[in-house]
Amino acid sequence: MALDSKAEAALALNRFGLGPRTGSIAAIASDPRGALIAELDRPGASRIANTELMSSGVAARTAFAFQQAQRELRRAAKSAPKEVSKDAAKDAAKDAAVEASPPPGTATAPAPARPNVGTAPQQIYLDEAKVRLTAALDADIGFVERLTWFWSNHFCVSADKAGVRPIAGAFEREAIRANVLGRFVDMLRAVETHPAMLLYLDNARSIGPSSQAGKNRGRGLNENLAREILELHTLGVRTVYTQDDVTSFAKIITGWSVVPPAQDPAHGGEFTFNPRMHEPGTQTVISQAYADAGFDQGRRVLADLARHPATATHVAHKLARHFIADDPALVLIERLAKRFRDTEGDLKEMAKALVAAPEAWAMPRSKLKRPSEWIVGALRATGASVTDVRPIMQAQNLLGEPLWRPPAPNGFADDDATWLDGLSQRLDVANQVALRIAPAADPNAVFEETLAPIASAETRRTIARAESRSQALALLLMAPEFQRR
Amino acid sequence: MGPHAVTRRRLLLASGTLFAWAHLPKLALAEGRDPRLLVIVLRGALDGLAAVAPVGDPDWLALRGDKALTLEGKTPALALDKMFALNPAMPNLHRLYQAGAATIVHAAATAYRERSHFDGQDVLESGLARPGAVSTGWLNRALATLDPAGSANSTRASSRNAFAVGPIAPLVVRGSAPVLSWTPPRLPPASDDTLMRLLDLYRHTDPALARVLEERMGLAEIARAGGMEGGQQQRPVAAAQVRAFFAESAGTAAKFMARPDGPRIGALAFDGWDTHANEGALDGRLAALLGALDGAIAAIETNMGDAWRETAVAVITEFGRTARINGTEGTDHGTGTVAFLAGGALKGGRVLADWPGLKEANLHEKRDLKPTTDLRAVLKGLLRDHLRVDEAALASKVFPESSAVKPVAGLLA
Repeated sequence: MALDSKAEAALALNRFGLGPRTGSIAAIASDPRGALIAELDRPGASRIANTELMSSGVAARTAFAFQQAQRELRRAAKSAPKEVSKDAAKDAAKDAAVEASPPPGTATAPAPARPNVGTAPQQIYLDEAKVRLTAALDADIGFVERLTWFWSNHFCVSADKAGVRPIAGAFEREAIRANVLGRFVDMLRAVETHPAMLLYLDNARSIGPSSQAGKNRGRGLNENLAREILELHTLGVRTVYTQDDVTSFAKIITGWSVVPPAQDPAHGGEFTFNPRMHEPGTQTVISQAYADAGFDQGRRVLADLARHPATATHVAHKLARHFIADDPALVLIERLAKRFRDTEGDLKEMAKALVAAPEAWAMPRSKLKRPSEWIVGALRATGASVTDVRPIMQAQNLLGEPLWRPPAPNGFADDDATWLDGLSQRLDVANQVALRIAPAADPNAVFEETLAPIASAETRRTIARAESRSQALALLLMAPEFQRR
Repeated sequence: MGPHAVTRRRLLLASGTLFAWAHLPKLALAEGRDPRLLVIVLRGALDGLAAVAPVGDPDWLALRGDKALTLEGKTPALALDKMFALNPAMPNLHRLYQAGAATIVHAAATAYRERSHFDGQDVLESGLARPGAVSTGWLNRALATLDPAGSANSTRASSRNAFAVGPIAPLVVRGSAPVLSWTPPRLPPASDDTLMRLLDLYRHTDPALARVLEERMGLAEIARAGGMEGGQQQRPVAAAQVRAFFAESAGTAAKFMARPDGPRIGALAFDGWDTHANEGALDGRLAALLGALDGAIAAIETNMGDAWRETAVAVITEFGRTARINGTEGTDHGTGTVAFLAGGALKGGRVLADWPGLKEANLHEKRDLKPTTDLRAVLKGLLRDHLRVDEAALASKVFPESSAVKPVAGLLA
């Protein structure tokens, strides 16, 4: 069934972008494909212009200083066990509340004043989350943001791992965003040498058994990162590598570590290649011998992995599955894989190949939007402005996709079935959006601007017959055409 | 939490300015009174005949059959006078009625005669004669006339504040006079009604989503039984949450308005009255809602304390529902309905109705209770006699084009 131009524009916005805002469908209806390409071609399309955000090194050092100060406070409190701080907190709360006003919810209760000891890891995390959300709300279409989210999930780290919370956002900016329209090999190298990844998958403390440090301390290898690079980041599970390849590769990347903040106030938290931890000697990975060249030994392996045909197929499959359908046609995967091989992993060319794929415009909207996409889509559709990112993050937690906190290194699932389970929770979130976050939105206008070109007659009728505007808005956000892409 | 926090902050910041409120409404104060008016909007269109039944009308039983409230049976309705009886889910209101602190208006409607919720709510809350683009409500404009800009001294510029409960002020209280607002920390989850509408949509358009929702909500059995007609009872948890939400919202409004320095005029809205299927006037959804409303009125009485003597609460809805029960044991959009007035300031214990009768020829368009009382007349009477809003302003500014609609006199004690 051929789509009319508005329906095609709506499809482009939902399938490749973060959903329509008021005016978006009309803005790209004359050439939806061209608008997607134009967003990729815009200079600096993936960058975030916010100079207040910390680099991962600064963030790590700031978080370390904060935790250090907290430890000292606790020590001081222990040696002088008075009730002073509790009373102070009570007084502060009394000052902030109006006598007759109802007690504030725990989440909004004023925090007792803290001594000025820098920024907490959680605050850095929230600041990064806010900037990320703003970028998603401000994007014209959101194709570049969606690509960023895709690659960030492909190369996921978890903020729940020790040391990662304050640098999870910086990781996405420094390793993913910086390369999202560049070459796969560059993204791969940036990711695998980033402190967030080295901490998350334990490589920061992996020591070559025959290295200086290994001989001195009797500690050794951790294969975690090496295995996930082969299994998840490049070749794909059950492809061409063996356990010996994993072990050899793990040895090659020993010494890829993070400067401990306690030892180096200037460079703590930054990447370092530590030759004292590096396993000496030649290693063989997938039938290829790599002479010991220090840090470069591992970089060469990454370059070869990036150009391996299995990587091309793995990446092509994941992109097609994410953007187009849970079970993409083999011919589509092969076409994308060929593009990857032909362009030496040019990720912008891969994105363009997705847009050019006829399947992208012919497949039914069968995939449920991921919770993050759906929530951002709801905010974009209703024109809500977000001053506090926390309720949005709480909603994402509720729906099973907490930001930068995937359950495992393979990231959040990308299939319809996984997310269907959370449908009834989405209804509660939709209700909250309608009542609290976007109570001023006019459901009729939102419908016309964002859903009308692809809405069924039943959806139109259901929204029109709602008993109140807030109910209409909740139903709109829950409509199949708003849930699926 | 974001907008919620902003709302709270606004309230905390603005609470100092509420002190100026004690000086208004000036004319009423000059008489030694300090009146409070709280307006509760029921969105979705309340079935007035299920809330206040004309048990003395000879055509009543034939009209509603086994869905008719009567003075007999398992849950007898609460007698009001020879003609009318109150839904048994509202014992508090009945007690207030008997004590002369509640008045019921029946067969009432706004000037709106179509059947769209959004337009109907706009007309109800804007006070205009017809739907259209509106941004201010009659309650706010009434407030503005009490203290016209320029006459107030500048330190009391905020003394015209009204009070709204909810993330956004209901239209009725929006306008140039400043509005304070308070949002309950917990909003109710999506209602059963919203859930059923969504399920119905999914069943027609996306069976996979329908299946998930059915399984999740434990409704699969109902589906197999052949549609939504199975679920008579409100889920007890949901009913309790609605009850708690109504009571907390109304009770908090009363707490603020009771303060010597608090606002004197407030508004809030309760959703959920659009009972197309399984209305459940006696033991189902509508009974639960009316019970929750009754609890809200009780919470207002309690939290107003001494100020209850000077309080009037007006409970209004956009329109009524069909006189007859429809094919799904509910009622569709109609016209005439009830309004409740409660409060110590009222000369209550009366049902105000020019009863039109229930024979088919007497029904509006042969289907709805015919409206014989203009709701604006009641509201104008309240505003004039309770707050001392000028009658000319009522006819032009507050309810434009309503000079032919005379205020009902004698509502107040």
